[in-house]
Amino acid sequence: MNKLIQIHPKDNVLIVRQRIVPGDTETIHEKEIVFDKTLGLGHKIAAVDLREGDIIIKYGVPIGSATMNISAGTHIHLHNMKSDYIPTYTLDEEFIHAK
Amino acid sequence: MQGYLRSDGRKGIRNVIVVAYLVECAHHVAREISSSFKGQSVHLIGFPGCFPNAYADRIMNALCTHPNVGGALLVSLGCESFNRNRLLENIKTSGRPGHLIGIQKQGGTRKAISEGKEWVADALQQIESVEKVNIKITDLIIGTVCGGSDATSGITANPAVGRAFDMLVEKKGTAIFEETGEMIGLENVMSQRAISPGLSEELRKSVEKAARYYTIMGHGSFAPGNADGGLTTIEEKSMGAYCKSGNSPISGLIKPGDIPPKSGLYLMDVVPDGEPRFGFPNISDNAEIVEMIASGSHMILFTTGRGSVVGSAISPVIKICANPETYDRMSDDMDINAGKILLNEATLDEIGNEIFETILQTASGKPSCSEELGHQEFILTYKTFEPIGPSCLPA
Repeated sequence: MNKLIQIHPKDNVLIVRQRIVPGDTETIHEKEIVFDKTLGLGHKIAAVDLREGDIIIKYGVPIGSATMNISAGTHIHLHNMKSDYIPTYTLDEEFIHAK
Repeated sequence: MQGYLRSDGRKGIRNVIVVAYLVECAHHVAREISSSFKGQSVHLIGFPGCFPNAYADRIMNALCTHPNVGGALLVSLGCESFNRNRLLENIKTSGRPGHLIGIQKQGGTRKAISEGKEWVADALQQIESVEKVNIKITDLIIGTVCGGSDATSGITANPAVGRAFDMLVEKKGTAIFEETGEMIGLENVMSQRAISPGLSEELRKSVEKAARYYTIMGHGSFAPGNADGGLTTIEEKSMGAYCKSGNSPISGLIKPGDIPPKSGLYLMDVVPDGEPRFGFPNISDNAEIVEMIASGSHMILFTTGRGSVVGSAISPVIKICANPETYDRMSDDMDINAGKILLNEATLDEIGNEIFETILQTASGKPSCSEELGHQEFILTYKTFEPIGPSCLPA
């Protein structure tokens, strides 16, 4: 049974829609992936091989970038991707301190 | 689809009499009047404040002349500052039956209730003769909001609404989304969708304003998302809500009470302008729903994971349940089970189509679940807005 979903056609990640447990297998682009850990609803899996610095696309838009090479089928989270957003908090702090 | 033609050319999908209290002191009388018409199209709305507020005045005027409204009874205590005469005048000028009851003038609670009931009974008969005309998708304005979200919302219901919105905009309907506070991290993504550079800048500024406002309210902790739910970055967390807007170009930025001038997709900026003054921008989901209705929304698409039950006065609320377990527990309240996507029983495109079909059925008169259950939540509080700038609505 397919426990992964692609939310947008441009996405390079797949989303876990049903809890994955060790031993589960999924076929991603004709490559069979055997999972060795539990992954809860909402977690991301690489749909393709990604290189360090590649943009991660979900909902068809960039949500951050890879901090290392990630092979298709690998769990993507804080350990291998980062936010590319420059927080607006600098502005906010000025705004608050100016009060 | 058949709708009710109003004198300003807009068409309603419902024909409601609103009973509107103009200060909290008149709430009981207004409620007694409206509740005696239970099961009929009589809805209770109102503004509780005694002090004047330009925003509340504007919203009340917009609501009492909303295309889904056939007539309005205003209930005043008598000493509040709401500009009741101008509101009554606007209702009458719009061709709707309108009437004002002053409780002090009338001689108290009992007499006011009695006169109000009599007027509403007459008005209900009167509005039966409103001209019915064909309505098309191009006549419809649809708003969307999420509430009671959980980890499923961003996977099923929200992207499915995005697909329905894309269909709606492609067919020249009008769609409104909001919640700029949940677009932090997406300024670039969103501003690129604007149809003009000036609008692009306005979209960016609206999100920055939200970030500042929520920080001051003590809810500025948009730290990298909830890791347990699989969210890694703020951009990703924000996208879970923002994806309700779909992929269409953004045609304009409006504020509560502004009516989209032509078809397309609009961002509604609901965060007050100026120094934070009256607390949170919107204290509950219904405050946002009321604002989208004031901007002409004929119905609201409401996505929920944990299971909200609310409806609204004036415009039907369609509930799209993201979580299949919530749907099983609360199916009476839910119009659409988007959680089927998680069980591999439907695709996002199929649920998007189902939402679009439900929009058409609801516009044709089929009651939504919340309408059938009698939900008519309403809330309106104090806010301050500057008018939108010229770049917000490019030609």
